[in-house]
Amino acid sequence: MPSRVLSYGTRAPAPALLVGAIYAVAPDQVTNIFEPLSTPADSVYRAALLALAVCAAIFVTVIVLLIYAIVRFRCRPGDDASEPPQIYGSNQIELAWTVLPILIVVVLILVAARTIADVEGYPQPPDALKVTAVGRQWWWEFRYPDLGIVTANELHVPVSESGRRQVTFLTLESADVIHSFWVPQLAGKTDLIPNRVNRMWIEPRQAGTYLGNCAEYCGTQHAKMRLRVIAHPPEEFAGWVASQRSPAAEDPQASAGRDLFLSTSCVNCHAVQGTSAKGTFGPDLTHLMSRETLGSGAAPNNPEKLRAWVRNPQAIKEGCLMPAMQLSDQELDQIVAYLLTLK
Amino acid sequence: MAAREIALTPRTGTLPAAALRLHDLVVTTDHKKLGLMYVGAGLVFFVVAGLLASVMRLQLAAPNNEVVSPQVFNRLFTMHGTTMVFLVGMPIIAGMMNYLVPLMIGARDMAFPRLNAFGFWMFFFGGLLLYFSYLAAPGITGAGSAPNVGWFAYSPLTARAFSRGHSTDYWTLSLLVSGVGSIASAINVIATAVSLRCKGMTMMRLPLFVWLSIVTSFMILLALSPLSAAQIMLLLDRFLGARFFDTQAGGSAVLWQHFFWIFGHPEVYILIIPAFACLSEIIPVFSRKPIFGYPIMVAAVVMIAFISLGVWAHHMFTIGMPSVGNIFFATSTFLVAVPTGIKIFNWLGTMYGGKLRFEPPMLFCIGFLFQFLIAGLTGVMLGMAPFDWQLHDSYFVVAHFHYTLVGAFLFGIFAGIYYWYPKAVGRLLDRRLGIWHFWLLVIGFHLTFDPQHFAGFLGMPRRIYTYEEGRGWEVYNLISSVGVVAQAAGIMLFVVNLVRSYWKGEPAGEDPWDAWTLEWATTSPPPEYNFETLPVVRSSRPLWDLKHPEDPDWKYE
Repeated sequence: MPSRVLSYGTRAPAPALLVGAIYAVAPDQVTNIFEPLSTPADSVYRAALLALAVCAAIFVTVIVLLIYAIVRFRCRPGDDASEPPQIYGSNQIELAWTVLPILIVVVLILVAARTIADVEGYPQPPDALKVTAVGRQWWWEFRYPDLGIVTANELHVPVSESGRRQVTFLTLESADVIHSFWVPQLAGKTDLIPNRVNRMWIEPRQAGTYLGNCAEYCGTQHAKMRLRVIAHPPEEFAGWVASQRSPAAEDPQASAGRDLFLSTSCVNCHAVQGTSAKGTFGPDLTHLMSRETLGSGAAPNNPEKLRAWVRNPQAIKEGCLMPAMQLSDQELDQIVAYLLTLK
Repeated sequence: MAAREIALTPRTGTLPAAALRLHDLVVTTDHKKLGLMYVGAGLVFFVVAGLLASVMRLQLAAPNNEVVSPQVFNRLFTMHGTTMVFLVGMPIIAGMMNYLVPLMIGARDMAFPRLNAFGFWMFFFGGLLLYFSYLAAPGITGAGSAPNVGWFAYSPLTARAFSRGHSTDYWTLSLLVSGVGSIASAINVIATAVSLRCKGMTMMRLPLFVWLSIVTSFMILLALSPLSAAQIMLLLDRFLGARFFDTQAGGSAVLWQHFFWIFGHPEVYILIIPAFACLSEIIPVFSRKPIFGYPIMVAAVVMIAFISLGVWAHHMFTIGMPSVGNIFFATSTFLVAVPTGIKIFNWLGTMYGGKLRFEPPMLFCIGFLFQFLIAGLTGVMLGMAPFDWQLHDSYFVVAHFHYTLVGAFLFGIFAGIYYWYPKAVGRLLDRRLGIWHFWLLVIGFHLTFDPQHFAGFLGMPRRIYTYEEGRGWEVYNLISSVGVVAQAAGIMLFVVNLVRSYWKGEPAGEDPWDAWTLEWATTSPPPEYNFETLPVVRSSRPLWDLKHPEDPDWKYE
């Protein structure tokens, strides 16, 4: 069963036109739901194809009837003023177009039920990677309880290989309002709801970065609550885990920035493991520079943008909950220099 | 106290004519005036909501655009959605039912004329209250403006912690107030249709418009009540520290969703059924045939109403419901397709074998059929719960419900306005402008909403004020924004047509379309008492019987 799912690669011809239309724009980073790269997304994809095919067939049938009626029975210039035959209905015909849709509906229900069972009923394997995702206004916190890692906005997982399946199970929680975890190529979305624990799983089968977004409106910066899932080959993932578990860098050259960081209110919200910075309101910065982006995908994480971000996050992500700290240029240089050491 | 004369008429001598007309509108209980006031106010709000939407499309035309700030954008989509549903859709259907139901059943007015006026003014001031928030919500703290929580206002975004100031309170109160108006008008429609039918007008001879008005009104009663209850609970949460929805104090965010969608999904049918009602009157007249399968058309709409009360959680497939719940709501959602299909096929059956006249009302009906078919099919895709896990809250959903509410609902309403305007005003709307309106709107509609399906397939979530480059969304958003221009042009022609034809339109006469229901048996516009003598009917097409004494309908009933 698993190998069949994983080897699933051929695409049915039915939606070729549709998918072609989407490819026509040649995006750099596709997040096309018709290009699934993970087991639950595959299941959804197959159910979707069936729904599309059924709907296309109904569409063609009805449109042909509609156009035929319009063309064939339109009033022509030379017509006399007489009324057409008055037909009040036909029990047989009406019965036919009641029963046929019922049969179609039964098929759709069975497929939906089976897909729901496949995805939601999938038991968590003992070797699954467990991650807790916490939605926050407007960023993501990822905790790996078994590995002791806390990171933000970029979820790192191992790739699933045909010989060695590797599934990641997510526990979804929220610290404030409702968010929704949506990485289209990996799985359908599931909401992160305060006072409630949800679950979902992914099984990416290609290494690389998968893009996604928060999909439930969650306030001012819902738009820039972007999401990245980075799938690594097993050895690479082990390397990532090791580096994340290492203590925060202690570069003596950045000690001025470090002292400044620890003496300002940065520490009220941010944590750097092994220091007195233990805030939990904002992202953990212990390995800040291992991340690709700042502000949950609001800007690329490079020295220039990092400086702009620390100077005034509101200019990059208006309305976000991190205030501009009113630092002098010298203070900015020192703090950024320190942050840049947190690899 | 000295005996006074009773003044039967207002003192006319001192007031200018305009003030008298205004006075007349304020105090009237005439179902026709109230009906037109409902539709007129709805159309004004429609233009406002359209302008809000245009600003959003301008912002989204290009990636990383900065036309408006995120805060302003979030208010725009909240106000647009709330306005379209509660201040455009609801009053327009209430107005049409008000105007037409008494005329169609041969009555002189609604059952409760003063309740009718009350309902209108509740809606009207509820609407003003919503827009007043732009000025008043900041209050003394300055924290807030118009509501920004989205039209379904998911908790806990509406909790005090996340919504400071009074914007959410304005949203809640205005919906509560206008909701009372809707409930009043629904009670009135049911009472009227049940008790004021003229002699011979049995239930199975009611024009389908009246049948569908009854069904819609029952649904309003059943759906608006839980919404009003939820609004009151939200007010209790915000002002008295109740904890229904406040998750920080142990409340449930999911509970709000249940309350909201047990209103919200029937609401979609509350809006679309009156559009069905317009089609069910207009298609037969312009096909020159009676409606195909009258009894099953009635049965189908009753079935739709029943089933639609049990599908609400298909808006909640992603909240982590148990699998059984997901399967149940997928099933009930698919089942709605059956009676809906019956309706579409029966309209086609009505056209089949007829003599189709493509006047503007019929054009809008055909536009409706085409777009409603697609809306229904994308609805089936969304009902497929696993597919919905991908599509939910994406631009595909935005496209789907604009297909239902613009492509279908509004087209049906436009068909109705072109059809009944001559009755209400006494003059026909201009045919050429009407055809231009139709085609501009069709082109604009498809340019705007067709690409949004694809943006959704490519993973674009709804309600984002901006997006980055390189996800393949640019082209679809650009086309979508361009379409607004054609739509706006079409709507402008419509407004010009409404105003111009009021004075300059061709006189309509009693029965310009050679139609069959009772409203066409009185003058255009009808006198205040509607009918000089109350009519007596023997079939569901009384005017057909009059016009064709050799082959009357009642022979076949």
